[in-house]
This record gives sequence, structure tokens and C-alpha cells, in this order.
Amino acid sequence: MKTPESISRNKSLALNFIVLLALLILVFPSAMDIFRLNMMGKYLSYAFVAMGLVLCWGYGGILSLGQGIFFGLGGYCMAMFLKLEASTPEYTASQTTPGIPDFMDWNQLTALPWFWNAFKSFPLTLLLIILVPTVFAYFFGLCMFKRRVGGVYFSIITQAIACIMTILIVGQQGYTGGINGITDLKTCMGFDIRTNEAKLFLYYLCVFLLVLAVLLCVWVSRSKAGRLLLAIRDDEERVRFSGYDVANFKIFVLCFSALLSAIGGAMFTLQTGFMSPSFVGIVASIEMVVFCAVGGRTSIFGAIYGTLLVSIAKTAISENFPELWSLLIGAIFIGCVLVFPKGLAGVYNDHVLPWLMSLDERLKTACRGAREQHDAQVEALKDVPSDKVLLGVPAEYLSDERDALGLMSDDGRSLS
Amino acid sequence: MKKKEFALEVEDLTVSFDGFKAVDSLSFYVDEGEIRVIIGPNGAGKTTVLDLICGKTRATSGSIKFHGHELTRLKENEIVDVGVGRKFQNPSIYENLTVFENLELSYPKGKKVFGALFFKRDQAVIDKVREVASTIFLEDKLHVKASLLSHGQKQWLEIGMLLIQNPSLMMLDEPVAGMSVAERKQTAELLHRIIKGRSVIVIEHDMKFVEDIADRVTVMHQGKLLAEGSMESVKKNQQVIDVYLGQ
Repeated sequence: MKTPESISRNKSLALNFIVLLALLILVFPSAMDIFRLNMMGKYLSYAFVAMGLVLCWGYGGILSLGQGIFFGLGGYCMAMFLKLEASTPEYTASQTTPGIPDFMDWNQLTALPWFWNAFKSFPLTLLLIILVPTVFAYFFGLCMFKRRVGGVYFSIITQAIACIMTILIVGQQGYTGGINGITDLKTCMGFDIRTNEAKLFLYYLCVFLLVLAVLLCVWVSRSKAGRLLLAIRDDEERVRFSGYDVANFKIFVLCFSALLSAIGGAMFTLQTGFMSPSFVGIVASIEMVVFCAVGGRTSIFGAIYGTLLVSIAKTAISENFPELWSLLIGAIFIGCVLVFPKGLAGVYNDHVLPWLMSLDERLKTACRGAREQHDAQVEALKDVPSDKVLLGVPAEYLSDERDALGLMSDDGRSLS
Repeated sequence: MKKKEFALEVEDLTVSFDGFKAVDSLSFYVDEGEIRVIIGPNGAGKTTVLDLICGKTRATSGSIKFHGHELTRLKENEIVDVGVGRKFQNPSIYENLTVFENLELSYPKGKKVFGALFFKRDQAVIDKVREVASTIFLEDKLHVKASLLSHGQKQWLEIGMLLIQNPSLMMLDEPVAGMSVAERKQTAELLHRIIKGRSVIVIEHDMKFVEDIADRVTVMHQGKLLAEGSMESVKKNQQVIDVYLGQ
């Protein structure tokens, strides 16, 4: 059904989309060198997580403080594949057991652990990047939501799992690379991912996937399921009595956000060439929530800008004052909640957009005024003989240049 | 003799909150198409009975049978699926959604996750929503956010959300509470129109309203059944007069 509201919504969606595309495809690549662009690509891979959080937290009201788990699972899956490709027998010839990743050799492993075998195949790896986090989120959601664990309890449990995951990865050094993570990744299917060309390609790939993710998120948020998530956020109990199994919807949105996070994680690994437990744990997970909060909890586009802004700030500040950043991110979060509860998107919708609209209105009025004036002039000119008229301008308005230019009236006579 | 088929059979229903029995071995039966009003003083357990039927509260013991389904064992949404609808005491609607969206969410289609993702707002949905909206006097408010409605309009919207589910048992908890006189009259008319062909349980304090619509009245007191019968007989019951109606 077309309502004036839905038309203006479509318009603003199209505008948002065009601005985003222009920024990512035209402005960033032309304004930045490959090093900075690669960094942008890295930030954009966080944006996948932030968008997932928009649907999960902003729409569904489920605050997951453990999105790093899914980001990490996706990232590790990709890293395991790349590591195996990098660990050729020739390259690892100096090891006790050539052909296995270096950190396994350091940890006295003599054979590839069974679960690494799946990552020898690229198609299987892609499948696992999607499946592992989603299935994990599904069972986790099943345990939580069917038992009606929600609110702050859910948040705490997600945080605990993020913590457990980090400890597990760090502790199982021989299988996971430990605290250093999986490093020294070189090629993907024979293409060197460290060259500038590869980085440019990966940036565009990341943008392409991000655009797909945006479309998917917009589709979900505008489906009935999206409205239902809002309803669940506002009054979960009532939704049950409208005949819905609330737990299933919560599980769905958790899985969906896990899927997006995992894609982001995989893109992160490809663009940075490593993956480590620091992107899985509590700090990383909370940073991702801050991205989403700064962008505006319910704005898909806001999540992307929030991620970019906070990440750029993080890089700029931690390059100069490394110890200040963790304090500052806390301050940003508190400030955001207190002053801009709707984030960047709220500022845009409440202040910038009305200003743009009023500007648009004023411009239109001005144009209309000018047009009326013009029409009035044309009307007045009808009575003026044609040899006194040049291109709709009364002859008396014209100064001496007209002679210099040798201007002619319509019928070819000289105007002088 | 063949046992009479009731729409709803509540038998020996008890719920105890930390030892306090809010509903105490209550039994009552509602016929197909009957309009039953539950009255009683505050704290008699009227709302708790509705909570038990719709699954909001779980019974400690006893059974609730509805068309052969044992409701005490079903989940809330399954109870809705078998045809039980409930209107809450305070208007509980989705404040951040429009009237249209509120009604659409209650429309009995696309209730599963993927059903909801691929739900299409087709003509049948739009027509049904419009039809219900005009029944509940909100046809010109379809695209208004529900939070902007007046109290009475919110009550109507919730009745509409119930109506679009087309339940065979409708439970209304104080449907005219907090309404102006004019709204009350409109609501009474509305209820008269929509209760046809369903079994209805109403909780209400407005005696004129009760007299007007009830087939039978159940009087509750301290979680127990005090009296049951026509309004006439209940009104003459000395116990009822003592605890509730007064002199």
C-alpha cells in the first residue's frame, strides 16, 4: 500500500543509499592512499557486526555483548584456510613436521588436528564461515530464548561466552595459535592478499558485500518480521498473545546478526592478513555495541557511519595517546546514551533532515518567485516590438556589450 | 445420558502464589455462544482466571479444556492458535506501530519466522484491516501511531486486534474501564456486534453493562465461586449482596 509516509520513506532510503555508495565507491578510493583505504575496509568489516546489532538490539531489543564470538568464528574460519594455504611443505621445510602451520610445530603437534582438515577446501571454508557461527547462534538462542532468558541476563551470558571463547583460543595454543592468533597469512587461492592491487580488490569486495548486507537488513527490517521485532522489543508478552512464538523470532534475529558478523570477520581476516583472540573477547564485543549506539540503534545506515566514525577516532587517538582510548570509548558510550540516545541517525533525522527540508522548501519558494518574475517579464514583453527584444530580455536592460557582440534579434536584424 | 459439550470447561482450577491461593478449586463451564460475565470484588481472582485460561499464568492444579484442548499444557501462542483471544485490562497495544500495523500483526497469517519474512501485504489483508478498523471506529486513523490515540481509542484498537484474530472464545477484561460516557455507549454497541457467534467471557464492574450483555453471571470471591446463574438470580443472592453488590 502506498501512503505518503511510505513514499517519503522510499525516497530517503534511496538518498541514503546513493550517499553511501558515493562515499564508499567514489570518495574514499579517490581521497585515500591504499594504506588508509585498507584501513577503511577493515572498519567496514566491523560495520557488518554493527548492522547485525541494529536488527538484534535496536529492533529486537536483544543486547548481545558477545558479537565478537561470531565475528571471531567467521574470521578464524577464514584464517584457518589461509594459514593452511600459507603452510606449504616448501615454506615450512625447516619445521620438525613440515606442511602444518608453524604454531602447531612450535607446540609439538606432529599432525594436523582433525577439524582443520575441512579448511583445506575453499568452498567448504566459505560454507563453514556462514554455518559455524549461525549454527552456534541457533543453539545458543535455543537454550536462552526457549527458557525465556532475556534482558540483562542474556547480555551477561553473552559476555561470559565471549570471555570463555577467548580463554579457549588462548589456552589451546597448538590448535588455534593462542594469544598471537593466526598470523603470517599470504595467499588466497593463489592470489597474494598482501599486494596493493589485492587490497584494492578486497576493499571493493568488502563494499560489495556490505551493500548486499544493507539490502538484506533493509528487507528484513521492512518485512512484517521487522515490525514484529519492534513489537517484541516494546512488549514481548503481548506478542505472545497475538499468537507468535517469540523465542523463534529472537533466535532468528540472533542467527541473522551472527551471520552478518561472521561475514565481517572473514573480510577482516582477508584485509588485515591475521586473526587474533583480541577480536573475539569482551572489549571487542563492547566496542561493536558502541559502534551501533553511536550510529543510532535502529538505523542500518547509521550503524555504518557510527562504525567508521568511532574507528577513525580510535585510530587517531590511540596513535597519539594509546592509554587514553579505553577511557574515551567509555565516555563516548555514556555521552551517547545520555545526550544522543538515537545516535547519529537521530541527530540526522531530528536536526539535519528538517533543516534540509526547510532549505529545500525555501529554495523551491525562491525558484517559484523567480519563475513568476520571469513569467511576468515575458508577459510584459509581449507588448514590446520584437526588434527591441533579445532572448527574452527587454532591450533597455542591455548595455553596450550587445553591440560589441553583434547580437541579432530573432529575425536576423541587427539590434543596434 | 450424553454429556453436554461445553466450549470451555474449567475444573478444580487452583493457582497458588507462595501459598496464597489466588484461585481456589474453581470450576465453571461456558456454553458454545454464551456470554459469561465474571463479577466480584477487587482481589477476587477474576483477572487471574483469564490469565490462567490464556496461559499467562500457569495453574498449580486443575484443568482447563477448550474444544478438547487441554490449555494448561499449551504455550501462549498455541492457545491463541486454537481460538482463544484475550483483551487485557490496560490497553496493551504496540505503541510504536501504526493502527494499521497493529491490526496487521494480529492478522492470523505469517505467524512463523519465515512466514513473517515473506509476508505480503496483499489486498485480502488490507481489506480485512480496513473492515476491522471501521468496526472499531478507527478507519481514519489507520496510519496514526498507536501511542497518539486516546485511552478509549486504544481500548478499541485492542478489541480490533482481538477481532482480526477471529477467536471462538473471546475474553475481555474490563472493556469499558476508563472510558467517557459516549465512548462507553459506543463500546457497548461494538461489543454487541462482535460477540455474535462466539463464546465470550467478560470481566466488568459496570452493573448496567453487565445486565445488558450477560447470558449468565459468575460471582467470584476470594478465589472461589460464590454464585452462578442469571443476573436476576445472582442479584437476589444474599451472599452476593453481602460481599459485592451491597444494599
